[in-house]
This record gives sequence, structure tokens and C-alpha cells, in this order.
Amino acid sequence: MIRISVLLVLTASVLSAQPSGKEVLERIDANMSSDSRYVKSKMVIHGARSSRTIESESWIQGKSAFTEYLAPAREKGTKMLKLEDKLWIFSPATDRTIQISGHMLRQSVMGSDLSYEDMLDDPNLTDKYDAVVTVSETYRETDCWIVEMHARTVDVAYQMRKLWVDKKRYIPLKEELYAKSGKLLKKTELTDIKLRGSRWYPGRITFKDMLKKGGGTEFIVSEIRFEVKIPEYLLTKAALR
Amino acid sequence: MIAIKLAIRNLLGAGLRTSLIVIVLSVAYFLIIFMNGLYQGWERQAKIDMKAWEVGEGQYWQENFDPYDPITLVDAHAAVPELFLPAVRAGNAAVILYTQATIYPEGRMLGIQLKGINRGQTVIKIPSSRLTAPEGEIPAMIGSRMAKSAKLKEGDDILIRWRDVNGTFDATEFRIVSVFSTSVPAVDVGQVWIPLEIMQQITGMTGEATMIVRGRKADLPVEVPGWKFRDHAFLFADLDAIIRTKSIGGSIFYGIMLALALLAIFDTQVLSIFRRQREIGTYISMGMTRRQVVGLFTVEGAMHAVLALVVAAIYGVPLLLYLQRTGMAMPEGTDEFGIAAAERLFPYYSTALILGTVLLVMIATTIVSYMPARKISKMNPNDAIRGKIQ
Repeated sequence: MIRISVLLVLTASVLSAQPSGKEVLERIDANMSSDSRYVKSKMVIHGARSSRTIESESWIQGKSAFTEYLAPAREKGTKMLKLEDKLWIFSPATDRTIQISGHMLRQSVMGSDLSYEDMLDDPNLTDKYDAVVTVSETYRETDCWIVEMHARTVDVAYQMRKLWVDKKRYIPLKEELYAKSGKLLKKTELTDIKLRGSRWYPGRITFKDMLKKGGGTEFIVSEIRFEVKIPEYLLTKAALR
Repeated sequence: MIAIKLAIRNLLGAGLRTSLIVIVLSVAYFLIIFMNGLYQGWERQAKIDMKAWEVGEGQYWQENFDPYDPITLVDAHAAVPELFLPAVRAGNAAVILYTQATIYPEGRMLGIQLKGINRGQTVIKIPSSRLTAPEGEIPAMIGSRMAKSAKLKEGDDILIRWRDVNGTFDATEFRIVSVFSTSVPAVDVGQVWIPLEIMQQITGMTGEATMIVRGRKADLPVEVPGWKFRDHAFLFADLDAIIRTKSIGGSIFYGIMLALALLAIFDTQVLSIFRRQREIGTYISMGMTRRQVVGLFTVEGAMHAVLALVVAAIYGVPLLLYLQRTGMAMPEGTDEFGIAAAERLFPYYSTALILGTVLLVMIATTIVSYMPARKISKMNPNDAIRGKIQ
């Protein structure tokens, strides 16, 4: 009887230490989200035969973002504007601005493992997913919570997501995206995690389409600044030209 | 009659010159009939094949469907109207549901159209009845071009990723149960066919379709709310345009041959009138009107076309019949342009084509023979009989 009581007490204490899925997601948001930020980055696309690097700088404010590509020469001057759920691209080669919509959103961004739709993906997962902390696991020598998210609404791209979240720093180290059938479709790994100001932030994010060959796409953060003041004109279509 | 006799005598008397003109003109006859026959044969065969494999007796498109705009596919689906159901059940209407998907043969990413088709249909030759598989496997079928480009064969498993009606990703493996061969790339290139009910289930589009192909025995109205009927004139418009363009291109080739022959006839006529002034003067002085003499020379020129027709018939008829029987191999890769074309093309020589060609060459030859002969009407018979240059 005493043994059972001890076991119950222990279980209760473990359960109380384990946060809810919603809490974990909120802690992640508190660590990583900001009203605005500036990011200078490199995107390394590892194809089946060769790799190529695309440099860009982005200004992000809420659900809006403006990105300008800096290198290579072929992509230099290409600009991308995201306003809420709409996306426009300006190509200097054609001197045209086009809106990426409908089926085009499902195309790959410059041959990477990311689609335009992935870029438009609303980071606010708590609205669309029921999150549950399923288990605790050591991943890359770090104690992690594993958060399973099952779609609450039907209009989501991925039926299920799985997050490995650092218990101490509340930053995801890995995310897996699954199809309705349960097939693993995409994997994202966040590495080179450093304290940037008051936030833990990854220096390298690797996206991998698990169904195709290739080494995936690496997103390397060269410079990041949080809570920056973004000029108003930058988040308008006029800034594309 | 006298004009014809004289014309034949003069032409045969000209020997080599007449022979050369007649040979070139006969080649023009042959080429016009052969090349147009080839295009007519292609058109005929392509339309028969397209009807058999793709268009049936016309298609009903869901109102949002536009085959040239893949973006429309997301919204191009609706419940199959009640009035189609008896025809569908009797196999007289083929129900097809489309969606964009991606396959990963050997880890490569290939965009495709995933199409569901009702197994019981007998409207088009897509062998939908072969879409069966043991429990636990999902059957899929591809054309031989798709099999070649994706390096797939019967019995292979293929991973397909698609989105359901709400845009949620799904992916699973399908078993290739059949690889069919068709001369219509529009039902083959970049496509994977699966049973309709499975397609409706995995996309969440239960009872829905993108297109309904009408069969010969289906008694269906043209106007159906929410659906647009596309008849043969509409569905064959692209093929007609391609063949028309090809035909114009081909006409340059035989046009050159015809122009050469006509130029030679024109030259011959000019030379004849110059050299035979005394003869012309004699005809007129013997009582022939100028008009009769013009007619004589025109008939003489036009007789080239008659002789060429005889020569062309001697070597052309057996050759054209041989080609009609054996056909001609299409160049490698022609079908990859998306045009319906069988491996061998069998020319088709219609009566209208043969009569039209004969008439065209005859009229053209008569015109170029008449033009220089008009000068005769202005000749002074006294000067002509003396051989004075006019």
C-alpha cells in the first residue's frame, strides 16, 4: 500500500513537471517571436549533383516580410514581399512583379526544399493544432519534450507535426511534418543555437524533403536583430521596384 | 481538235525540253498529292485515336476546368450530376477526377497529374478494368511514355504525394499494375491513373469529377448547369491548327517544284512565240482568227500538264499506293511534343485531294501558257509571216 502511494506521488510530481503542449508552444513563441526583426542569411541548396548558395536579407514584421536577394548574380535584385497571406515577387530580369497564388504557392522557392506556401505558413500553431507533450527524450545530448500536434482544422498542409523542444531553453531542435497517411514528408533541424540578446536562436536551420534525394536546404543566419524599426514603405508593393 | 493534234505534235517535236518540263511538273503533282495525303492521313488517324483514347463523343468539363491553367485544377471538381449517373452505370460515360501530385521515382521529384477513372467505363480505351490489386495495395496505371520517362515498369511501387480537397498533404505507395501503349500523349505523358473511387476517397472529393467523357450510346444533353460541353470542333482545334501549320510549311516545298515547272512553261511559251512568228502569220493568213491562234498556243502549253499527269500516274500511283499500305515511320520523339501521332503514318488520298491537285496544276499551267500567248493578238500578220521581230 505504501509502495502504491509512493508511486502515485512520484507520478503526480512528474506529471506536474511536464508542461502542456500549449504551454510549450507559448514558451517557444515567447523565446523566438518578436514584433519585428532583420535577418541576413544564406540559403544553401544541396541538390542531387551540386549545391548552390543564395544570399538574402529580410525585414519581418508580424505576418509581413520583405526579402531582397543579394547573391548569386542570377538572383541579385530579386525581391519578395509577403503581406499576410499574399506573396509577390519582383524579378529584375523581366522587370515584372508577379503574385504567387493558387497552385504556384506549392512550387519550390528557387529550387530549395521549401515551398512558397511553407514561407506563408502561419507560425501560430496553437490556433490550428492540438498540442500534446507525449514523452521526454534526449536528442543531440539535450533533454527535450516531444510535442505532437494534431490538426484541429481541416485546412492545414500537414495533418501532424512533431516537435523536439529543448526543456531548458524552450527552442525547437527538430520538427517533423507528416502526411495524413502518417508518412514523414519533411524534417527541419535547428542547430548552432546561441543566445542572441535575450533570446535563444538557431544559427542554422536545415530543411529536408524526406521523399526526395539530396542533402536538403540549409538556412544559415549571418546576422539577426530583433525589435528593429522597419520603414513603412518597405512593406508595400512599391518597395519591390 | 486540230489545236490538240498540233499541240501534241509540237510538244513531242520539242523533245528534251518538253521531257524536262513534264518530269518537273509530274514531280510537283506527286509531291502535292503525297504531302497533302500525309497530312490528311495524320489528321484522320489522330482524330480516330483521340476519339478512341481521349475525347470520346465530346467532353463535359467542370466549369472551372482549364487544361492550360493548372492553377484551376484545385477548384475544378464538382459532384457528378444526377442525369449522368445512368450513363455512368451503363459504362457509357467515363468519369475522370484530376488533381496535381508529385511522384518520387528513385528519389527524383516529378510533377504529375493524378487521375481517377471509373473502372466500368467503355467510352475510351484507357484500360481502366485493369485497375485492380490485391487487398492492401492501391493499383495505378501509366502509359508507356510515362513509364519510360520515370523509369517505371509493371509491378513497381511508386510513392505519390498529393493534397486533399482542403490542401492537406497525403502520401502513400501505389502499385503499377499495368503499362498501356497509346498514340495519344495527352492521356499518357506526366499522368498516373487510379480507380475513381480511390481517387475520390483520398482527395475527400466523394462523388465528384473534373470531366465526364460522353460515349456514343449516351443520350445526354449539351447544356448541363455547372458543366461546359466541349464538342469535337473544340477538342480537335489544336490538332487542326498544328496540321494546318505543318501543311503550309510543306506547301513551300512542293510550291517551289510547281513554280519551277510553271516558269519553264512560261519561258517555253515566250520562246515559241518569238521563234514561230512565221507559223503564227501563216495560221492567220490561212484564215484562223487571232483568238484561235492564241488558243492553239495556250493548249500547247497546257498540254504539258496533261503529259505530266500521265507520267506522274505511271510512277506515282504505284509509289503512293505502296506508301499508303506500308506507311511511313514518324521521327523518334514526335509523340513527346504532345501531339497524337502513331508510330507509322499512313497517307490518305481523298478524291477531292487528287481532283483538286489535277485541277490546280491544269489551271496554273493554262494561265502561264495563256499569258505569253496574248502577245499574238497584237501581232501584224504581214510582219509575222515575213518573220519580222515585233
